[in-house]
Amino acid sequence: MSRPGSRLYKKGVNQNEDPGAHMFTGTTHTAATASPETRLLFTLEKDAQDRKVHLTGKEYYSEEGKTFELHLTGKIKQQLSADPTLRPEYLSSLGLTKFTQRATEVALGKRSQAILENRVLGVHTPGFTAAMRLGAELLRHWYDVNAAWCGPVYLSSPCDDSLAGIFQAAGIQDIREYYYWDDKQRDICLDKLLEDLETAPEQSVVVLAASAHCPTGADLSQNQWAVITQLILRRRLFPFLMLPAQALCYGDLERDAWPVQLCASNGIELLCAQSFSHCFGLYGEAVGHLLCVLKHNSLLLSVQSQADKIVKSLWSQPSVGGARVVATVLSNPAHLVEWQGEVKHIVERCMLIREVLRERLRLLGTPGCWDHLTQQRGLYCCMGLNGQQVEFLSKWRHVYLLPSGCLNVSAINGRNLSYVAESIHLALTTSL
Amino acid sequence: MSVFSDVPQASPVAVFKLTADFREDSHPLKVNLGVGAYRTDDSQPWVLPVVKKVERLIVEDSSLNHEYLPILGLPEFRSAASKVALGDDSPAIAENRVGGVQTLGGTGALRIGADFLWRWYNGTNKTATPVYVSAPTWENHNGVFTDAGFKDIRPYRYWDAAKRGLDLTGLLDDLENAPERSIFVLHACAHNPTGTDPSQDEWKKIAEVMKRRKLFVFFDSAYQGFASGSLERDAWAIRFFVSDGFELFVAQSFSKNFGLYNERVGNLTVVAHDSKSLACTLSQMEKIVRTCWSNPPSQGARIVSKTLNSPELFAEWKGNVKTMADRVLLMRDQLKTKLQALGTPGTWEHITQQIGMFSFTGLNREYTTCTHTPAQAHPSVNMLCISELCQQSSTRVKHLTTCPDTAALDCDKYFKH
Repeated sequence: MSRPGSRLYKKGVNQNEDPGAHMFTGTTHTAATASPETRLLFTLEKDAQDRKVHLTGKEYYSEEGKTFELHLTGKIKQQLSADPTLRPEYLSSLGLTKFTQRATEVALGKRSQAILENRVLGVHTPGFTAAMRLGAELLRHWYDVNAAWCGPVYLSSPCDDSLAGIFQAAGIQDIREYYYWDDKQRDICLDKLLEDLETAPEQSVVVLAASAHCPTGADLSQNQWAVITQLILRRRLFPFLMLPAQALCYGDLERDAWPVQLCASNGIELLCAQSFSHCFGLYGEAVGHLLCVLKHNSLLLSVQSQADKIVKSLWSQPSVGGARVVATVLSNPAHLVEWQGEVKHIVERCMLIREVLRERLRLLGTPGCWDHLTQQRGLYCCMGLNGQQVEFLSKWRHVYLLPSGCLNVSAINGRNLSYVAESIHLALTTSL
Repeated sequence: MSVFSDVPQASPVAVFKLTADFREDSHPLKVNLGVGAYRTDDSQPWVLPVVKKVERLIVEDSSLNHEYLPILGLPEFRSAASKVALGDDSPAIAENRVGGVQTLGGTGALRIGADFLWRWYNGTNKTATPVYVSAPTWENHNGVFTDAGFKDIRPYRYWDAAKRGLDLTGLLDDLENAPERSIFVLHACAHNPTGTDPSQDEWKKIAEVMKRRKLFVFFDSAYQGFASGSLERDAWAIRFFVSDGFELFVAQSFSKNFGLYNERVGNLTVVAHDSKSLACTLSQMEKIVRTCWSNPPSQGARIVSKTLNSPELFAEWKGNVKTMADRVLLMRDQLKTKLQALGTPGTWEHITQQIGMFSFTGLNREYTTCTHTPAQAHPSVNMLCISELCQQSSTRVKHLTTCPDTAALDCDKYFKH
């Protein structure tokens, strides 16, 4: 099965040398070439069909098909807006301290050795992408300085289509893939994954999803993580872990972060990018965080000062509103209980949709095994469809999946479930 | 062995280190005059009444879409922000060759603009294109353009220490001798840190040379409305350059004129020759943003957008801005009067001649590092933030300008250049 976009990491943008009469040399003729995802969204927008079903969104959708913020989030926002002691001060570049403290704790666990030994750097960033970018910049400038390290960085195949660009923007051009999702097995193929990492040069950076892998939804099991951490130690690789939708797999922040804790307890230095946007309904409200676990406390100040410097010339400081909400909830046991209840509902609904979709496909007699739908968790799911089948769905059924054949389960609801199931069935049974 | 073992400590950015030092200082009469944040009489940052009002409206709006904003930002914000800079009746807007990119504050706008120029401006010479920043300028200008990839960052003459004003001759000279197509970062108004702006005639002279030498205009506009109290007056230079046919960038910040310091509201306004170039430019900027923060934060942009797009709220906001600007002018006047009343050596006319939040006092380094003074002024450029000055008792102002132990001091030495 072809996977569009794999192994095609272009080196930066095209340099057009036509002088032209205008200042913006080259752009008079060159609109940016759109990624497959962008082209898809463009087609979706133009699609006037009433029945069109959009399964590619990044947010969690309610049963009514809308994004929303948690009830608790709304309440806290009201409280904060009426709080006279909150003043519009410039934050430090590293962001809201209360937020970074809580974010660090929910990634590593309150009693983490690394926290106790004060060798963890936490930076509040304006979102998940920003956290990845900061991490990439830190690595580019400061990872193994004497060796003038410049890659490689390994990304899973498939992965979110913006990841390669982020590392390239930070100046790292050597970007490679490691085997991850196997269409036939409808799961991660650990053997091939290990093979690829075994041959990675020492000091390679490996980007791994701690949970909620985007776009497949397939996460490594605890046993698989144990094997991978041993490989990381043996091959001296550097893990850059991702938690883009922390808490959305198990409804528990710390549980989703288990792999981070495993690495840390094995003495591995790591970076981890987190986002609380999904589990608070705070989309686009700058609740990202970059965690850096160091070997020694003596390194903390220098690494922190370099992170500070990088942030100053990118966005100066993050915005504060969303982080205040998260910090308030995570610091208050009563709020935490309430929050847990709301997140549980989201997680359970996702599980329910997976179950119902699997059952529907079984009843339709759709070829293939669909167990993976309920074995995996979180927002995304890979349907194992190839490029042609994905196109069939968008063109003939107006059902839009990501080019990799993955979809956002929360966008499926009572009103469109039958249609979606039928459409997938047709895509797999119609000879194309 | 840590992979970060050889990471050196980065030297702190001076103005932020200043604030850190200020926090550590236990002196009862300490005053921080270094940071660009507007403060009221009780030394607190001011929440604009209109902002408070709009925040409540937003919090109570149950129809609000809780989604990621588009990569280029909230459309209503972008168009309103560009309009504020260029004017409602701007022909460039009417000709569809103006666009905006919502950014993380003024810094974000500068960075996206710089990243774009590094990739797309000036044929193959990109990295080698000189970038000129004023001497002195906001410290972060250097950092932003350096990290965007430019290797050749040069000062252009600006502040004349002897006459405590603009060094126009030096400036024009540097423009004349700059390689063609060099990038120039200009302060639209309320120059940071000198508070000294070119007059309209002086701007015309600057524009004439820049056009002839094909220099790229990159405006930094962080104080629109704040400097003179009038949005139009503070945007005069930008609007003149646009009407004169220049393509240009404007990095706008709404941190100060909306008091939204920690919501990071900025806009990069792009004025292109034609709408096609504009579209291509914006599409490339979108790619750049995608790898930086992907989707900008919504809260601040919503506040600004709601305010700018509603006639009543817009009028109320202009009133709030004028309040801040007027108070700064009042403070300047009071400071000058008090200094003169105390018989402080030197002339202090420049305090009221300069404009905006900052003022170049003309005090030298020795004053600012004098341990007897509780005032923290900027260590390297001797500017102070006027709006930080509350209603000072004469004792406090005296502390600002002299030292208690006058016998041990030669006051003169503090006021030499």
